[in-house]
Order: sequence, then structure tokens, then C-alpha cells
Amino acid sequence: MQKVTDEFIDSDVTHPIECDAPNDQIAKETLIGSNIKYLITGIMFGIVFVKAEIISWYRIQEMFRLHSFHMYGVIGTAVVVGIISVWIIKRFNIKTIQGEIVLFHDKPFHWGAVIGSFMFGLGWAITGACPGPLFAQIGSGFLVVIVTLLSALAGTWVYGLIHNKLPH
Amino acid sequence: MMEWIQQPWPWYVAGAIIGLTVPTLLLLGNKHLGISSSLRHVCAACFPANISFFKYDWKREIWNLFFVGGVLLGGVVATQFLTNPNSIVIAENTVTDLEALNVKVDGNLMPVSIFSFENLFTLQGLLFFVAGGFMVGFGTRYAGGCTSGHTIMGISNLQWTSVLASCFFMAGGFVMVHLLFPWLLKF
Repeated sequence: MQKVTDEFIDSDVTHPIECDAPNDQIAKETLIGSNIKYLITGIMFGIVFVKAEIISWYRIQEMFRLHSFHMYGVIGTAVVVGIISVWIIKRFNIKTIQGEIVLFHDKPFHWGAVIGSFMFGLGWAITGACPGPLFAQIGSGFLVVIVTLLSALAGTWVYGLIHNKLPH
Repeated sequence: MMEWIQQPWPWYVAGAIIGLTVPTLLLLGNKHLGISSSLRHVCAACFPANISFFKYDWKREIWNLFFVGGVLLGGVVATQFLTNPNSIVIAENTVTDLEALNVKVDGNLMPVSIFSFENLFTLQGLLFFVAGGFMVGFGTRYAGGCTSGHTIMGISNLQWTSVLASCFFMAGGFVMVHLLFPWLLKF
């Protein structure tokens, strides 16, 4: 475990080593009461994935063959909206609904961002899914994707097993 | 209204909603968008096997599992209640390319000829499900994020590592589709 201390607040938040999508909330959370809002956000996310056909293997093929603007439009818009949102949160120091300061973390360079990313790209083109759409594909009734998900879990597990031996 | 919802949603609507997930999660409780982390949490919860990478308080990160559970449910809701009655429309060039590779374009979201259980124990199934899934799981964790964690959350926070990672996501995809597919799909 690594302690991540934020200089702006006098409290420590503990995360696993380089947890990539951390929970920075300080206030205590209850299992169902606090987390139900993430379930609802997830449902919205999943609906968009299906309705904009982002989970479609064909759309991913179109994207990598440069035959359609659709996926580039989706990702591009999401990034622009995200950048503006984060800028507004920082600029106006907007607090969370618990009244906490929103924390951001730098992602320092490591070789995984090159080698691991390339490997993920290979897998993305075959499966037609990044991890999010994997879940939505299963929800859409393509139950064989459960095998893909189990295999992705195996991949994550093997990474955990050998990560000390890989260049970072 | 219902008719409009049933149609495929345009890219700017989808992109805007996905982009707004970033501030939504941040303001709901200081949570950072990143879906591949859920795979790590499942490993940590179910088979940690005394591996240091999986020894952490996964219960603290359980919101992420609620989130991906929601994504799965969202898939169910969209498919059961908001489904598009028409076939998916794919760029003609892609249809031509795929047919040249003997992949049927069947109007579903995914080619049923590939993504079915009958295919599971064939060489193609091994490639599409087992090898593909493994590369997604291993690659995203090694990269420290996927399309959501790096491309959307990371770039929103102006991280150069995330820009670099996103370029290599695309590079991997281009290599697979243009260089490896013609060779792999021969089997």
C-alpha cells in the first residue's frame, strides 16, 4: 500500500499502488446507500454504449479502417466535454456533494503506456470491445462475451502475477 | 419521442453524455472514471492468491463494481426496451472489406457467425474470445487504464501519458485490422 497525501487537505487517502481509477472520497460510504448512484450512472453509460452502437464489433472495424467518423466523433466529443468539465471544476474549485475538494492525480510516464496500450489495441480490434463495452455486450445478450470477460480477468491476474518482471 | 430514442443516437449526443460521466463521478464522490480497474478489483476480491498487486482494500473501490454492474444492466435496458428495430448501417467500404475476409455483415450489433457459443471451441473462437480477452485484460492493466481511464479521464485531466497510451491503443488496433486480420481470419 502506498500513501497518497494531498497537500491541500490535511488527511491521508490510502490507495493500492498506482490505483488507476481511485476513490478519493474521505467521507464514509455505505455499501448500498452510497453506491447506488454509481449503479445508476453506470446504467446510463451502458445505455449510451448500446444506443450509439459503441459496443458494435462492426463500428470498431469501421473505426480502424477509417471508413466512418462515428467513433472518432463519439470519443472526440467525450474528450472535449471532459476537458471542459475538469477545467471548470478546477477553475471554480467546485466541491463534491459531500463538500470535499475534488482530487486529481498525475499519470507519470511508464513503458506500460506504450507496450500495454499496444497490446490492448490488438485485443480491442479482435473483440470489438474495450472493458466497458464488454459488460454492455453481455447485457445486450451476446452471452459468449462472458468468456471474453473471464479471459480479460485472467489477463489482469497474470499481469498482477508478473508485473514486477515487466519494464515500467 | 420514443421513435427518436429507438434510433441509433448520433455521435455528439453519445460523446457528450460519456464526457459528462467524468464530472458526474467526480462530483458524486471524488471517483475517477476507469472501467478496466474493475477487473483488478474482481481479481483482488475473488482470487488474490497472495499476489502483492491484489493485496489492497478492494472494498474501498467497490463503487467501480457497482458502476460496471450498471453498464451491464444498461445493456439489458437498451436492448430490451429501447432497441432499434432496423438493422445496423455500416459503411459500405467496411462491408466490402469484411466480406472479403469471409465475415458476414448480418445487421446485428455483432456478427452472430463469430460471437456465438458454437464458435467457442474453434480456432476462431479461441482467437476472438480467449486471446482477445486476455490481451484486453493484460494490456489495459499494464497500460494503467483503458479507453475510459486514459483516453477520456486521463486526457480530460491533460495527462500526456494518457495521450501517448491512446495513440498506442489506436496503433494496436490498426496493426491488428490491417496487418494481422487478413492472415488470422484465414483459419
